[in-house]
Amino acid sequence: MSRRSSTRRKALMTVLAWAVGLLLFFPILWTVLTSFKTEAVAIADPPVWFNFDWTLENYATVQERSNYGRHFWNSVVVSVGSTLLGVIIAVPAAWAMAFVPGKRTRDILMWMLSTKMLPPVGVLIPIYLIFRNLGLLDTRIGLVIVLMLINLPIIVWMLYTYFKEIPGEILEASRMDGAGLREEILYVLTPMAVPGIASTLLLNVILAWNEAFWTLNLTAAKAAPLTAFIASYSSPEGLFYAKLSAASTMAIAPIMILGWFSQKQLVRGLTFGAVK
Amino acid sequence: MNKLTRALLGATATCALAAAAHAETLTIATVNNGDMIRMQGLTEDFTASHPDIELEWVTLEENVLRQRVTTDIATKGGQYDVMTIGNYEVPIWAKQGWLVPLTDMGDDYDANDLLPAIAGGLSVDGTLYAAPFYGESAMVMYRKDLVEKAGVTISDASTWAEIKAAAEAMTDKDAGVYGICLRGKAGWGENMAFISAMANSYGARWFDMDWKPEFTGPEWTAALTDYLDLMTNYGPPGASSNGFNENLALFQQGKCGMWIDATVAASFVTDPKDSTVADSVGFAQFPAKDGMDNRGHWLWSWNLAVPAGTKNEEAAKAFVAWATSKHYTEIVAEEEGWRAAPPGTRTSLYENSDYQAAAPFAEMTLNSINAVDTSAPSVKEIPYTGAQFVSIPEFQGIGTAVGQQFSAALAGTVSGEQALQSAQALTEREMRKSGYIK
Amino acid sequence: MATAHSKTAARLMISPAVLLLLGWMLVPLGMTIYFSLLRYNLLMPGMESFTGLDNYRYFLTDPAFYAAFKNTLLLVGGVLLITTVGGVLLALLLDQDFWGQGIVRILTIAPFFVMPTVSALVWKNMFMNPVNGLFAYLFQALGLEPYDWLGSAPLFSIIWMVSWTWLPFATLILLTALQSLDREQIEAAEMDGAGALARFFYITVPHLSRAATVVVLIETIFLLSVFAEILVTTNGGPGYASTNITYLVYAQSLLQFDVGGGAAGGIVAVVLANIVAIFLMRMIGKNLDA
Repeated sequence: MSRRSSTRRKALMTVLAWAVGLLLFFPILWTVLTSFKTEAVAIADPPVWFNFDWTLENYATVQERSNYGRHFWNSVVVSVGSTLLGVIIAVPAAWAMAFVPGKRTRDILMWMLSTKMLPPVGVLIPIYLIFRNLGLLDTRIGLVIVLMLINLPIIVWMLYTYFKEIPGEILEASRMDGAGLREEILYVLTPMAVPGIASTLLLNVILAWNEAFWTLNLTAAKAAPLTAFIASYSSPEGLFYAKLSAASTMAIAPIMILGWFSQKQLVRGLTFGAVK
Repeated sequence: MNKLTRALLGATATCALAAAAHAETLTIATVNNGDMIRMQGLTEDFTASHPDIELEWVTLEENVLRQRVTTDIATKGGQYDVMTIGNYEVPIWAKQGWLVPLTDMGDDYDANDLLPAIAGGLSVDGTLYAAPFYGESAMVMYRKDLVEKAGVTISDASTWAEIKAAAEAMTDKDAGVYGICLRGKAGWGENMAFISAMANSYGARWFDMDWKPEFTGPEWTAALTDYLDLMTNYGPPGASSNGFNENLALFQQGKCGMWIDATVAASFVTDPKDSTVADSVGFAQFPAKDGMDNRGHWLWSWNLAVPAGTKNEEAAKAFVAWATSKHYTEIVAEEEGWRAAPPGTRTSLYENSDYQAAAPFAEMTLNSINAVDTSAPSVKEIPYTGAQFVSIPEFQGIGTAVGQQFSAALAGTVSGEQALQSAQALTEREMRKSGYIK
Repeated sequence: MATAHSKTAARLMISPAVLLLLGWMLVPLGMTIYFSLLRYNLLMPGMESFTGLDNYRYFLTDPAFYAAFKNTLLLVGGVLLITTVGGVLLALLLDQDFWGQGIVRILTIAPFFVMPTVSALVWKNMFMNPVNGLFAYLFQALGLEPYDWLGSAPLFSIIWMVSWTWLPFATLILLTALQSLDREQIEAAEMDGAGALARFFYITVPHLSRAATVVVLIETIFLLSVFAEILVTTNGGPGYASTNITYLVYAQSLLQFDVGGGAAGGIVAVVLANIVAIFLMRMIGKNLDA
């Protein structure tokens, strides 16, 4: 292949890839742009692209109406808390499954995943009653527990696949050196599994951040995260595209920035052991 | 040193006292309608006079709000101290003992000033269980300029024949003007509110005296046929997902010739800040069918209620009294002008000459509300009370399921006749399941 | 390696996770089964009475149930098809050499971070709205009638929105798999005279099948319980056109407040989900062990 044709090919691919990328990203871009327009400009015919009077008015309105800081902090606490708790419980389980596999290991794993298929709406009333009796309604700790349970199967499974990639010989070698189970996990296994654990953390923080059923139904004011914040902007009276866009931007920006910064870890880990 | 310690101790004690004084926090669940959002912005007046009460707001979209507060009150979850509920819920909940009676609301509350039609719907055995924040009936809102241009008339006591003729004459799809905008989004409080009122005016009823639904009868058939006919010929595209809010936005943008909906919309469509057609809106009574004296009997109010079992009952009542008082109306008037005062709750508002001058829709609103009789919404004999809804607990589910059928007919996925048959079948099923039909 | 000692230790280490999940499953499930045998409307407390299997009979004979069943399959199947096929194509594209790879990848992943409620609100209002949406402008600019997406093609619209969220996920996994493909193998095949298509089907596709399996498994778990997108956009309508099983159970238990009927629906949904699960595990479980 001549050099010129390969350059031409690269140029073509660049155009194609950018077109597809921008197309996928466009709804987000449009939302962000709209959030800086006035309500009248937001529905202007024909649509206005960049050439308008940029305003922060919508953000001010949203901030005035909702306590964004608190919702944001609740989201952080709940998603990070539930993920950390989940990982603490899942690491030993995944370790055992990966290195001391029994006949039942795969069945247990699949059963765990199948619990994720239960429709949450079916058990809302029972859970609500239990939460009321335990005084967990509208508390962050209650949400942390529920989201941890919801994501636990995924966490176990992801960790299991990473652990399985670690060669057993290394563990045996460390055992020869007289390492106990605790040392083995702490000093041999964990360092090797750090990238896997990191991406497990990331993915589950994202999943917990975006969980919109339990977070909305088990909270009122004190523990309500960003999912509840956005629920108050769905179809208010009159024109609302710009305000909705501002609220949307505020709700998704933190997790998107986190996602972008940790892209490499996420991509590397998001294989579920599917790549060998 | 000693002094410093003492000063520190004193400061701590003061802090502790201040914290104790701030102990009462009210969690208020409310719907994200314009009037409620305005209330949120005006609460400084309340907290200034009640420094020991802090307010927490939970603002949600109507369906989500209803589901959340109902789940909470029925399971005695106790998450809220004040709830925003409709006049559909109030009597049902009050009979369950779920609401605190609002008997002692303070000296200057003047409960006798509340409109009798509205207060009646919020009382059980003469005791008030919720305080109305705003109330509404339904009426026709139309564009005077377009009516004139099209050379048609809409009389104050409008008729369906007039409406149809006007819709036809005003429709100009190339210019993006649709003759009529009506609710099409499925829900007992959305399209069914309108369609039930329309059916009432056609002489239809939801149930006969044996609780059998009457959808396949001639009255319902005529009402639904005309509704579909109006909307498919002269309505905007995508009407099957338009509710109150969507239609409001369309009307404000000048895309609707007429809009028949809640009277409360009048203050929004005449608001020059948000509405491009503020100066040219006319109002007429809900249409009647020729030769029939029934204008739909639409009656709705959003109310503040205090759930039984709240720990902050007194504070909650104080807030409810403030938010539904004459004083609150005055605050709104001061901040936003009289036109924006929450309508449909107090006689005194309609006697206020400032309001009459600022709100051209005041008289039409009051007359529409006063004309409603919730014990006889249909010309036929009925086993239930209600207006654009049926006052039984099962109605929410049935109404929404029927609304889905009618919405599908509007979207064109089923015919009107099929929708009526499905509605009949599913309503009969539910009524049998819940034991009304033996 | 697996001594008796380590087996006991392993059991101890698995048990917290297993017990927690077992509790999370059994306690609500037990209560749900109990409720499903009662006539229990949330708005009429104290009126609960035993009705046997009546709730199941009503749920299963409800015409909405068949519609919901069909819609659930279409929704899951449709999104899986779009995201895996689209994901493979996209992954192939992103695997090429081009300028700005990092940025394009960031743009492509972004939709996965958007919470379902936000995604649904944005699509519904700013794109699919037939009066003010961008699609309507686009259609009008092309001289076409604006199309009422959510009214006329509700299920397709929902599949579209959900696919937008999950396509990046599928692409990411498939791309990672693609990048681990042995270049030498391809070059060898090229030497042997295999065409581009042959190389794709005999080398790339088998190599990607494991990654695709993971995509299908994870997505199915989440797609069976798609809810927020439906609640925000169509409320399951018009008619039952976009009601899936999850939404139907929601409508029963939280719109009609029929806890008994909703519980019966929940149990039916659980049974169906487990059938799907068994089916899935059978089909692709082996692929995972390899």
